[in-house]
Amino acid sequence: MSYADIIQILDSSIRLGTPLLLACLAGLYSERSGVFDIGLEGKMLVAAFFSAAVAAITGSVWIGLLAGVAASVVFAMIHGLASITFRGDQLISGVAINFLAAGMTVLIAQDWFSQGSRTPSLSGDARFSSIDLPFADALSGVPILGPLYSEALSGHTILVYVALLAVPATWYVLFRTRFGLRLRAVGENPGAVDTAGISVTRLRYSAVLICGILCGLAGAYLSTGLAAGFTKDMTAGRGFIALAALIFAKWRPWYALFACLLFGLLQAISNRYSTLDLGIFEIPNAFVLALPYILTVVILAGFVGRAIPPRAGGEPYVKER
Amino acid sequence: MSVMKSFLTATATLGLMAGAAMAEPGLIIDLGGKFDKSFNESAYNGAQRWVEETGGKYLETELASEAQREQTMRRMAERGANPVVVLGFANASTLEKVAPDYPETNFVIVDMVVDQPNVQSVVFSEHEGSYLVGMMAAMASESNTVSFVGGMDVPLIRKFACGYAEGAKAANPDVTVIANMTGTTPAAWNDPVKGGELTRSQISQGADVVFAAAGGTGVGVLQTAADEEILSIGVDSNQNYLHPGSVLTSMVKRVDNAVYDAFQAAADGNLQTGVVVKNLESEGVGVAMDEHNADLVTDEMKAAIDEAMMKIQSGELVVHDYTTDDSCPSLTF
Repeated sequence: MSYADIIQILDSSIRLGTPLLLACLAGLYSERSGVFDIGLEGKMLVAAFFSAAVAAITGSVWIGLLAGVAASVVFAMIHGLASITFRGDQLISGVAINFLAAGMTVLIAQDWFSQGSRTPSLSGDARFSSIDLPFADALSGVPILGPLYSEALSGHTILVYVALLAVPATWYVLFRTRFGLRLRAVGENPGAVDTAGISVTRLRYSAVLICGILCGLAGAYLSTGLAAGFTKDMTAGRGFIALAALIFAKWRPWYALFACLLFGLLQAISNRYSTLDLGIFEIPNAFVLALPYILTVVILAGFVGRAIPPRAGGEPYVKER
Repeated sequence: MSVMKSFLTATATLGLMAGAAMAEPGLIIDLGGKFDKSFNESAYNGAQRWVEETGGKYLETELASEAQREQTMRRMAERGANPVVVLGFANASTLEKVAPDYPETNFVIVDMVVDQPNVQSVVFSEHEGSYLVGMMAAMASESNTVSFVGGMDVPLIRKFACGYAEGAKAANPDVTVIANMTGTTPAAWNDPVKGGELTRSQISQGADVVFAAAGGTGVGVLQTAADEEILSIGVDSNQNYLHPGSVLTSMVKRVDNAVYDAFQAAADGNLQTGVVVKNLESEGVGVAMDEHNADLVTDEMKAAIDEAMMKIQSGELVVHDYTTDDSCPSLTF
């Protein structure tokens, strides 16, 4: 394995890790506020569809992005309504959202485009094009770090950089602002927040709203950044891998970045090598792909540093008993 | 009471309608969808061609999940469809179970052999068609590296890959063939993002011609090939038009002919059960040439594949079929 190979694998990891990272941060906001969300997958899917569909119709990827985010926010609000206002079971609401998204996108795609469950292929301004970071060309000659910057880090679509910037932004919001403090508190002990005279409902809704926006970005990146159009079930379980990453990251933003890049790296490695030869023994491809789940189970079982979810997670807040 | 009555009437009417629909052929579109621009779409086009030419009618349903196979097959047979055409190897075990229960109904399965007295099994010589496109790929490649993206890792797709590698090695013994499979579950037919990522990984390893035999995933492969300005090869349907100037050719598999022939034979009352092999000679598989790839195909390539085609048809050249012994001399998986 040469250095150029490593660079290419890292480049691929960033592309594959980005949708996971956006969805993982989305789940982080929601779950830190005490609303479990297994509907990440569904929200990504619906956003992937609407951003591709609207981009195909209008020819502008930006209008598509807005439409995708809006669709995802609508789904997030449905989840909010069911689990915050009506105090329903958050897991069931999430499952329902996944089913609704899987069925609805196919149905609408067929009605609008009559190409089976897909949108027309996007081209030109209807897709995100890759952007070069400043000085990428000039620095490519620098040994070791040059190619790392100009080939692995530069040359992605703008949503990749948005996702990377969202990590410090999330850290700042959660741990350095009043809103973040209250958000974390409402996920641990909503009663205390309520006693302080702050609306639990409003805080949780705003967390769910942010979750919707981030899932929207993740979905739009899949269909208009990575692929060129929507196909049926194109999220292919990425929402669930993001949930695994969230647990792996112990609900912390910086850890989330590393978890998602690690999961992306494992996918990139399995794409690249059908068997991984470690000299002494060979690791089959399927094992590398299963590693994210295995690692998550190991973490959940408490073998390597315990992952403790927000204490009030999954429980609707009832003001008076 | 009156509600009960109208319910009963409705049931009776439905029963009558089922009777009226007797002996129309039926087509069950498989997972991947009617408009996958590939396998299922080809079958659908065959059925449409039959409707246009004969003015006949047929029943059609589309599977939404793996779990619906048996139920859909039985429903189709009970609604009186004859023959019932099912698409894809994944139906084999279900059909094995369902076919004996409906001895009056004929079934046609594409891509797999089911040994039942009322089943016609249509199999294609994909290895022969893949051999030809493999030759073209090796001749078009400037980097001496060609690649293959498969859908779900099953023997059928390995048969494509093996024929492709054999052809590439025949045209240029020094060529490197890189093969990747998208996954091991049916979701691998519908993951264009992963298809594109596999293609990028192959390009970074030097590949400049990629052959996709991956259903809906192939759309992503062809798209990435066009974006990265390398050549690609489509599969099943003629996909040359998807990215003119980038798709070198398509390995067409005439699933449409299989469906058309089955419908027509049933209408004439002489549907043969047993195994039907569609190979190069019967034009069951082939290489797509049209205005979209005319500039990409050189006279040299045409001459080479014509020669190979003659040799295969005359039996002088035997392309290795992966499914016969589960191994491939020119490619390791």
